[in-house]
Amino acid sequence: MTTYNDFVIRFANVNGSGSASANGMFAKALFRMGIPVATRNIFPSNIQGLPTWFEVRASEKGYLGRREGIDIMVAMNAETYDEDVASIVPGGFLLHDNSQGGDRRLNRSDINDLGIPLSKLVQSEFEDPKQRQLFKNIVYLGALSALLNIDFEIITGMVSEQYKGKDDLIKPNITAMELGRSYAHDYMKSPLPIQVRASDGVGDRILIDGNAAAALGAIYGGATICAWYPITPSTSMAEAFEQHASKLRVDSDTSRKNYAVIQAEDELAAMGIVIGAGWNGARAFTATSGPGVSLMTEFLGLAYFAEIPAVLFDVQRAGPSTGMPTRTQQADLLSSAYASHGDTRHPLLFPSSPKECFDFAASSFDLADRLQTPIIVMNDLELGMNDNLSQPFVWDDERSYDRGKVLDRKKLEEIDEFGRYLDIDGDGIGYRTLPGTHPTKGAFFTRGTSRDEYAVYTESPEAYTANMDRLLRKWDTAKTLVPLPEIVDSDQKACIIYYGTTEMPMSEALDRLSDDGIQLDTMRLRAFPFGEAVTDFIDKHDILFVAEQNRDGQMRTLLVNELEIDPNRFIPVLYYGGLSISADTIHEQILAYYTDHNLPRLKEVQS
Amino acid sequence: MTYVSKPEIHHPLLPVNEIGLNRRDYEGSVSTLCAGCGHDSVSAALVQACSELSIPPHRFLKVSGIGCSSKTPAYFLGNSHGLNSVHGRMPSVATGANLANRDLHCVGISGDGDSASIGLGQFGHIVRRKINMLYIVDNNGTYGLTKGQFSATNDLGSTSKKGQPTLYAPIDLVSMALQIGASFVARSFSGDKRQLVPLMKAAILHKGFAFIDVISPCVMFNNHDGSTKSYDYVRQHTEHVVDADVVLPTEEITVDYKPGSKESVNMPDGSLLHLNKLSDDYDPYDRVKALGHVQEAQERGEVVTGLLYVSQDPHDCHEILETTDVPLNALEESALCPGASTLLEINQNFR
Repeated sequence: MTTYNDFVIRFANVNGSGSASANGMFAKALFRMGIPVATRNIFPSNIQGLPTWFEVRASEKGYLGRREGIDIMVAMNAETYDEDVASIVPGGFLLHDNSQGGDRRLNRSDINDLGIPLSKLVQSEFEDPKQRQLFKNIVYLGALSALLNIDFEIITGMVSEQYKGKDDLIKPNITAMELGRSYAHDYMKSPLPIQVRASDGVGDRILIDGNAAAALGAIYGGATICAWYPITPSTSMAEAFEQHASKLRVDSDTSRKNYAVIQAEDELAAMGIVIGAGWNGARAFTATSGPGVSLMTEFLGLAYFAEIPAVLFDVQRAGPSTGMPTRTQQADLLSSAYASHGDTRHPLLFPSSPKECFDFAASSFDLADRLQTPIIVMNDLELGMNDNLSQPFVWDDERSYDRGKVLDRKKLEEIDEFGRYLDIDGDGIGYRTLPGTHPTKGAFFTRGTSRDEYAVYTESPEAYTANMDRLLRKWDTAKTLVPLPEIVDSDQKACIIYYGTTEMPMSEALDRLSDDGIQLDTMRLRAFPFGEAVTDFIDKHDILFVAEQNRDGQMRTLLVNELEIDPNRFIPVLYYGGLSISADTIHEQILAYYTDHNLPRLKEVQS
Repeated sequence: MTYVSKPEIHHPLLPVNEIGLNRRDYEGSVSTLCAGCGHDSVSAALVQACSELSIPPHRFLKVSGIGCSSKTPAYFLGNSHGLNSVHGRMPSVATGANLANRDLHCVGISGDGDSASIGLGQFGHIVRRKINMLYIVDNNGTYGLTKGQFSATNDLGSTSKKGQPTLYAPIDLVSMALQIGASFVARSFSGDKRQLVPLMKAAILHKGFAFIDVISPCVMFNNHDGSTKSYDYVRQHTEHVVDADVVLPTEEITVDYKPGSKESVNMPDGSLLHLNKLSDDYDPYDRVKALGHVQEAQERGEVVTGLLYVSQDPHDCHEILETTDVPLNALEESALCPGASTLLEINQNFR
């Protein structure tokens, strides 16, 4: 039986062998055929020589989360060959270099051998040893185009696109691709029973990584200053900001830049620069990962108490610094939500797609200005560094930035008395002024908490307490401004609460659970603090699963702590292996809970 | 405002500067530092320098870290915005502030603990980045707020109040600034206002990173015999090399200096920087020789003061980054947001 547009292919390569562009073209070709795809780059913290895997999932149904089991393995790395072969599902396919001859399925007689003499083919065609190495990747790409029935014109078109302006590279690439394609046609049974066909499953969606999306959002949101320190997996966000800004933010008359990017000496300095800029009314951000957030916490506390807008993108990874920096997790929630000393809390946003990376990045600057506090956008490696299918970005030209409560010179003239921390509107947010505004009015000295409502130094207990209470009122205001949760409520007793990239496998997991007679309402949290919608949803459900990608159930802790709900009401569904959570994990853990607790289902499991 | 209890009324004959403001308009709240603290003299010198330059007070911004020195921005320029940040991190805050608004004069106040210990990394990197600002270190060789621990600028062998010697070699911020490439480097003494005020004026007008290390004795913890940061020691071991003064475009040249060879340098705002070389073999345009001179003097236990180095072709971070002339915090939305139709094209690039 032939299946179309439904498989997982994994490329096992050696880091630095030039496989990334070939594998990327493979994914893009499927995408251009209209097939929903998800890509996952599983790579070591290393530049050259260690194993790296690239996984592409094609799914006509649009299931784009990680799925266990590999249907087609392109095994190009001798070091991991055994485990790569072992990971293939029964009936799956093993593509490998059989230049040395022989069936190399090891003991897996249940899988199909797709041996291609890659080394021999490139040796006969190319002289240059470097080209021989690189073009092995292109040869297997050509073979796959035949084996999977990929539109050859689309792939060759991408080569021309990728090497635009470098014509001497286009021809040998296409030659290499044809070598592989011919071999597969001539010596193998092509196409395979697993294959692709053109689809309309993609629609108008785009394929982009979350870091680039967030960088574009920062540009659209009016960020002018980016200060950062290199750290995987956030680096590509700062680099994408600079790259896009160099095209979108240069004054056409003067060729001068309407932005500034500083690669700081460390994360502390990066956050200090953001705060100095925010204090002066420029929209500024930094991008980092967990260890960077740790280093920024003192400054985050200053910004919280001094009430300075700042935006921080935390592209989460598996901790700690000496841990698995190139693997994904959602494990910085607590360290970000309560970052710093003293009673501090910071709003968090949880994007789950490149579109939301763009939208939340843009709106985070409005929120930071409105709330005069740091806003932390909780991205992760899975979303940030992989090409993800996404709704196209949209901007409304009628939209204008919310710069919050800033008194300009004219407004200062109109008031009798300026008090930086007076709660005039009752929302906990004072009016601020920017340096240089007025010769005699509105200047104040910014400190942490040792000041009164007029920013005059005091260590009075009453002034301190009043200030802290006002900050709580501001926190209540934040609850009404942050993005609402996305709720699907069909009056089930049970529900699942999740956020960020746990969205990716969720529709598949829910469909599988539904097949097992388990219907769940869903709430995808999009922000912290939690507003009324979150409380209401929780109140009306008896069984509450909280799915997330960390060991300690950090979102569960936040819900318990902030909403003062009995912890026993929340059942954790957890994955923390460093890959992204799969539909299998969610499905299995919930099913096991239903079985262990003899909970009723709509129908019995069909065997 | 940060004014605490200064009388509103001032003497009617207090002289006014070119924009009609008197010195009181450049003051801040009453200092809470110890009587006789060198830092108060630095603040007073800054008040005088800013006033004499006739720059409106609100066109300055003040940043500091943590420590006695870092409290002082509350005590001058009360009509300017100030930010007392976290320990050792003033340089990064100053960087962000200057990137956001290049039109304001940025004055950073730090101390020897703040810049030479916890903030040494940030100090080095702001020098590299050439932020257009005046960076002052009130250098007293001791941690005053925590009651008298040695700081990293204290000279080897210099003793504590109880007679304990410093065990480690000093970090010399002037040498570091010279080595990393500051375009204006000076050292002065809080007790020598006649030298300090003109240096501050020149540094404020300098377009680039200007650093002044001000030896500023701590009367409580580091002003005894055996200390190399005491009033007496500094007075007895000072070598003046180059005095400097700024002559505004509208002023007459009336520099009254000890005899020496004089030179003038054009400043970006049209004023002139007058240099008075007190030592014939000292060349304030030669960074490498200046570094050697400072190091040699340090070996002898001498404190070299004055304008140690000024670049004849300074650059600042905005030039390096090629940012627009309009302060980044003042750009209109139309200059910031590429708009809906551009976004449609961007989407197409990801198809």
